[in-house]
Amino acid sequence: MPDATGLELIAQEIRQRHPEAILDTVFFREEATIEIAPADARDVLIALREQGYGFLASLHGVDYYPDEPRLSVHWQLLDMTTVDRICVKTRMPVEEAHVASVVDLWPGANHPEREVYDMFGVVFDGHPDMRRILMPEDYEGHPQRRDFPVGGEPVIFTYNEDKIPGWTR
Amino acid sequence: MSTVSDYRKQEESVSYSAEPAGMGLEQELMTVNMGPHHPSTHGVLRLILTLEGEMVRDVKPVIGYVHTGIEKTAEQKAYWKVIPVVERMDYLSYYFNAYAFCGAVEKLLECEVPKRAQYLRVIHMELNRIMSHLVWLGTSCIDLGAIGMWWYAFREREAVLDLFEMSSGQRMHTRYFQVGGVIEDIPRGWAERVKRFTKEMRSRSEQYSALLDKNEIFLQRMRHTGVVDERTLLGLGVTGPLLRATGNPWDLRKAAPYCSYEDFRFRIPVGTEGDNYDRYRVRHAEILESCEIIDQALDGLPEGPHITEDRKVALPPRHELATSMEALIHHFKLVTEGFRVPPGEVYNPIESPRGELGCFVRSDGSSKPARVHMRDPSFVNLQATADATRNTYIADLVATLAMLDPVLGGVDR
Repeated sequence: MPDATGLELIAQEIRQRHPEAILDTVFFREEATIEIAPADARDVLIALREQGYGFLASLHGVDYYPDEPRLSVHWQLLDMTTVDRICVKTRMPVEEAHVASVVDLWPGANHPEREVYDMFGVVFDGHPDMRRILMPEDYEGHPQRRDFPVGGEPVIFTYNEDKIPGWTR
Repeated sequence: MSTVSDYRKQEESVSYSAEPAGMGLEQELMTVNMGPHHPSTHGVLRLILTLEGEMVRDVKPVIGYVHTGIEKTAEQKAYWKVIPVVERMDYLSYYFNAYAFCGAVEKLLECEVPKRAQYLRVIHMELNRIMSHLVWLGTSCIDLGAIGMWWYAFREREAVLDLFEMSSGQRMHTRYFQVGGVIEDIPRGWAERVKRFTKEMRSRSEQYSALLDKNEIFLQRMRHTGVVDERTLLGLGVTGPLLRATGNPWDLRKAAPYCSYEDFRFRIPVGTEGDNYDRYRVRHAEILESCEIIDQALDGLPEGPHITEDRKVALPPRHELATSMEALIHHFKLVTEGFRVPPGEVYNPIESPRGELGCFVRSDGSSKPARVHMRDPSFVNLQATADATRNTYIADLVATLAMLDPVLGGVDR
């Protein structure tokens, strides 16, 4: 992990190339996080990749409901030579849930990006195959959003199978 | 011309080259569905294969058949009740799932874990690693037609499960790891039994290599098949034995030690070529290294509490409830509401038997996590299937898939 000073140095370097990109830097529990605007995601990730953070360890979506902007995408980058991790995060409202895909930079982002799309409805522009991955293809809604209710899926038995919409014998 | 020479003539025309025979220059691609209910996909994995004769030209994995929404379920439960559900993600490495989650929560709580608890965790995780590799070895050998190996591997796996049953009361999904430590100290006689097991395991694994390493069929199926180079694997985010088989010694236990791994002396087995044989050798050697770690941890097992003394996080001992009002209140608060965790986000990566297993936990300050996400190595590693099997025979695809070792419970979560 870069320490708090190291994080500021990294942020400063990115600011020189993309002055408006970085919104905030957070150093919490020995973990460094850079918060950026969704439009700059790709530029910042490329810049960090050039600085040595060449391994995309994880990519996950978060819903900050009821805070706005709600949806968020986190990229966990790893520098394998210095064993440093840095998290890049961006937040966006539900109506404009778009962010650039990084599949061409890290082919391993393919499945995780599809998962975030499936679970949160964030569309990754430029992804070669933006489909649902874990939920059925005809599923409606994005189940990991915080306002998506738990339960309510009808359980099909023989006595009620005719009453459940979309179910035919 | 007699019928015999006709037959010989026909036989001579059979080509053994990789090119599909007898179809002329214009080949027809065929799409074949494999799975989801197929014995050699190791779970409910569906593959859409594009074949040209016997050659695999493209593979598309289709997943989601055992998606159970564990990450969503985790958001509805108090922190300590999340442990049993996350354990069920990757059902072969439940101790790792539990540790990834508990470690993340401990990071948020800034909770100190006693040294004895850390050692007990290491012992259980390494036993779990052996167990996971044994299941992999047994089931992979079935795919290669060596069913005898399965019985031997599962005999030793049974011994590990008996040890888990003795220390925690359960064979699988033990809920032994708690936030702040482990639920109970090990019973009397357990350490000796583990020692006996590691001694036995060493000689057993020699028997495994005697069975497999000189087996011509096994070697021909394994060597130079399913090769993926290091660069491609790193681009795909693949970690664990698959990456180490290419010669990259990346292991989080060494690179970024957690849970007292820095106290133990062990080696990281690496391969040279990155083919299926290297993958087998790396995992086989890891079993021995795990035995080494377990022995060292048992020899150096420190005295002290097995769970944190912080009553706001861990349950008070049962005997205190009868005499101490405070203990009763703590017990009541922990069992009803659970403990509250300061708001924040952490990512806790550990080395599972399949690679980097990371748990991302976001807390909003309440007693339930606001987001739990597992970066499961099987889910990421599965993306290497296409690169490892493209332009190989369909029989090699089965062998390569077995050596990639995806656990579908972890893929779909």
